[in-house]
Amino acid sequence: MSIIARNITKTFGAYTALNDVSLDVPEGKLVALLGPSGSGKTTLLRIIAGLEFSNPGSGRIDFHGTDVTDIPAGKRGVGFVFQHYALFRHMTVAENIAFGLTVQPRRERQSTEKIQARVKELLKLIQLDDLGARYPAQLSGGQRQRVALARALAVQPKVLLLDEPFGALDARVRKELRRWLRHFQREIGITTVFVTHDQEEALELADQVVVMNNAKIEQVGTPQEVYDQPASPFVIEFLGNVNRFAALGHPLPGAGPDVIYVRPHDVDIQRHYEGEHGVRVRVQHVFSAGNYGRVALVRLDNGDTVDAELSRVRLTELGLAAGDEAFVVFRHIRLFPSGAFAERDVADGDSTPALVDAGKGI
Amino acid sequence: MSRSHRSVIPGFGLSLGLTITYLSLIVLLPLSAAFIKTSGLTWEEFKTAVFSPRVLASYRISFLASLAAASLNCVFGLVVAWVLVRYPFPGRRVVDALVDLPFALPTAVAGIALTALYAPNGWIGQLFEPYGIKIAFTEIGIFIALTFIGLPFVVRTLQPIIEELEPEFEEASASLGANRWQTISRVIFPQLLPALITGFAMAFARALGEYGSVVFISGNMPMRTEITPLLIITKLEQYDYAGATAIAVVMLIASFALLLIINLLQKWSRRHHAV
Amino acid sequence: MASTVSSLSRSSGSVVRPLATRDATWVRYMLTAAALGFLALFLLLPLVAVFAEALRRGLGAYFEALKDPDGMHALKLTLITAALAVPANLVFGVAAAWCIAKFTFPGKSVLITLIDLPFAVSPVISGLIYVLIFGAQGWYGHYLNAEAPWFPALQAWLIEQDFKIIFAVPGIVLATVFVTFPFVARELIPLMQQQGNDEEYAAITLGANGWQTFWKVTLPNIKWGLFYGVILCNARAMGEFGAVSVVSGHIRGETNTLPLHVEILYNEYQFVGAFAAASVLALLALVTLVLKSLVEWAHARRHA
Repeated sequence: MSIIARNITKTFGAYTALNDVSLDVPEGKLVALLGPSGSGKTTLLRIIAGLEFSNPGSGRIDFHGTDVTDIPAGKRGVGFVFQHYALFRHMTVAENIAFGLTVQPRRERQSTEKIQARVKELLKLIQLDDLGARYPAQLSGGQRQRVALARALAVQPKVLLLDEPFGALDARVRKELRRWLRHFQREIGITTVFVTHDQEEALELADQVVVMNNAKIEQVGTPQEVYDQPASPFVIEFLGNVNRFAALGHPLPGAGPDVIYVRPHDVDIQRHYEGEHGVRVRVQHVFSAGNYGRVALVRLDNGDTVDAELSRVRLTELGLAAGDEAFVVFRHIRLFPSGAFAERDVADGDSTPALVDAGKGI
Repeated sequence: MSRSHRSVIPGFGLSLGLTITYLSLIVLLPLSAAFIKTSGLTWEEFKTAVFSPRVLASYRISFLASLAAASLNCVFGLVVAWVLVRYPFPGRRVVDALVDLPFALPTAVAGIALTALYAPNGWIGQLFEPYGIKIAFTEIGIFIALTFIGLPFVVRTLQPIIEELEPEFEEASASLGANRWQTISRVIFPQLLPALITGFAMAFARALGEYGSVVFISGNMPMRTEITPLLIITKLEQYDYAGATAIAVVMLIASFALLLIINLLQKWSRRHHAV
Repeated sequence: MASTVSSLSRSSGSVVRPLATRDATWVRYMLTAAALGFLALFLLLPLVAVFAEALRRGLGAYFEALKDPDGMHALKLTLITAALAVPANLVFGVAAAWCIAKFTFPGKSVLITLIDLPFAVSPVISGLIYVLIFGAQGWYGHYLNAEAPWFPALQAWLIEQDFKIIFAVPGIVLATVFVTFPFVARELIPLMQQQGNDEEYAAITLGANGWQTFWKVTLPNIKWGLFYGVILCNARAMGEFGAVSVVSGHIRGETNTLPLHVEILYNEYQFVGAFAAASVLALLALVTLVLKSLVEWAHARRHA
């Protein structure tokens, strides 16, 4: 079931949570709404669910071509998983999962045996077969999360919506559940939208990432696209670490000086360098614990700091120590004029945004 | 209802309608009757009703006895709350439950029990009798009844605040070289002060209006031990409705002012506590 | 006002504290002794005195006094009054808490303050205002005596039935409803605000309708708070003296509640009878305290 949201505006008093936002979610896809807090992502999710309504006269929500804008949450056929799960404290796990089935109008309601069977099936699916009689308070965070998911799925929703699904979990459980959700979503093929502020989570999990900022959508694309071809400085800065420099030359007409972005893993360090694109730097600090090595450097020409990431093998090869002088070469840089970035194509005559070959414009 | 005001949770109209209707019929309309009745008096009549010497004397005794009782409750309420939260001792739960006795025990029962205790031939009264000290049927009796009534207000306002006191403050104070007394007086007490004042105000407000527990022990002598609520009843029994209502209006205004102060104090206390 | 005074929201149980926060042993003993001494003198002793005075002439006289038919009638009236006042304030309390905790609307904080009003009013005045409305000199009296009233049929019916409110049972119930008005609402409002709306939202996305959401999700979550409010409300309803005293008229065997009966016997110097009746009320108070502690305990356990 596809979801289409058109021209959604939502204000709370003087505060604008969503400013004329439109979004298409293709059928069967797993889509992440990614953004900082206050970007409007949770509001958008709740409007899709029918838990909030957009401003009068604005916006429309379609599920698979049917207008659901005025249909209440309970009739939309959405499964919603709340950030803090909202499990019913006074009900057992099994009762929680069965809830949606037991509140259906009597003539549509399934028999008790059928409900029991469905609950059993879902408990198996979330790998909590033996915990049906427990209360939510007796479960771990990860288990609660899965119960919340099973409860949402019990009514066979057409759309699954998750608000910060892993926000309240510790790092290890989070990784595990992420993988499990990915696998599970593929298996049942349900159209799924989840909200997150964790870029790693969005990039790892989603088919499509919707980057939001300031009540607007900044960019929509596959994880690869939003990471490699960010549409705006906000997107590049929000998705991972990045070095930011003011470009020395190359101003575009009508805009301020350009801003250059370089990902730390696109910074190559060399002891000796003969070419024309090298920048002289001094090593400030070497961090060698972790999956890869990180080096903090200072440019000798303008004093800007540069972060570099390189493999531990390469780091050992270089044998850098604080105080050493070296060269850096930027393998890929992205260039945005500061100011009116969003509307402009930045690269010289190139329509793909601002992916410039190494060395240009420095 | 327009879409932006639409809420997903149902029942707003029904619950608000019921609430406001019931509140108006049970509380607001009857209370307004007191003001409407009094507005029928001329200023001279009103003045005579609420400022005659006997009425003034009743204000005085009500105010002073309430003030003294609330003050004593502040001292012992603080000690009781502190002990209940900080010092585990056998039977603590029972004692904690007992603190609410003045809420649960009908005031008339408290009144006759206190009178029996403090009368000249009572268990406590007879201890003082040889020294010529009378407790029941004097101002001291009123003070004792009002202390009984007000105690839980102070204890129950302070208790949660003491429970939530972060040990870090005391540890920080101790690590900076303060002795225990300095820590208590300069770190702990200031944090409890807003709640203590709130508890005081509540105990005081309750004491001003109290009737049942006082009427037995006070002796009800006009000009000496006649509290204001009793005077209202006396006027009613003499079918002086206008006079009774005028005094009631003075008391209501005082109560509403106190309620406002208590609300502000609680807001202040919460803000103070949140920092 | 009583909201802070007795609330489920406070946790109980003391924690073992690190050394820097411990008082010296002698301080602990001294303060504990002072606290217990004060409580014994002001709370325990009066309670003991009730039973001691009631049993002064022995068990026989005590039970004889309890069998007094006027006393039995007073007890019955007290129970009827509570049985009417408590459910009325229960329904109101739930409705008020629902609209205040689940929705935002202008004037909400004013509404919360207004709900508190009866706590700020002296019991005597709570009775007086109903006398002003329903007494012979009041609006109701004027209506009965009016030459050309609204709804003449109603006036005729009321006169024919000799339907009295003041100095009769309806007045006693009304005054009791007034003084116990805020108890349930004050208990539920903070509890429901603290619990938030997420579980209700979850129920609604799962297809539950309004009543299903209330009965299956909200009510089970607030049941302890509700019970707690009802206990306090009931204690006050059974024990109210000042307000009821003003509206009752003190007609023996008719409009006397148990607390008023205590007063009458006491003023007639029937001390054993007065304290015997008082001991029944004191027992009810003790039951209230036990129930209250049990609810606090159950609540704390669930939220541990």
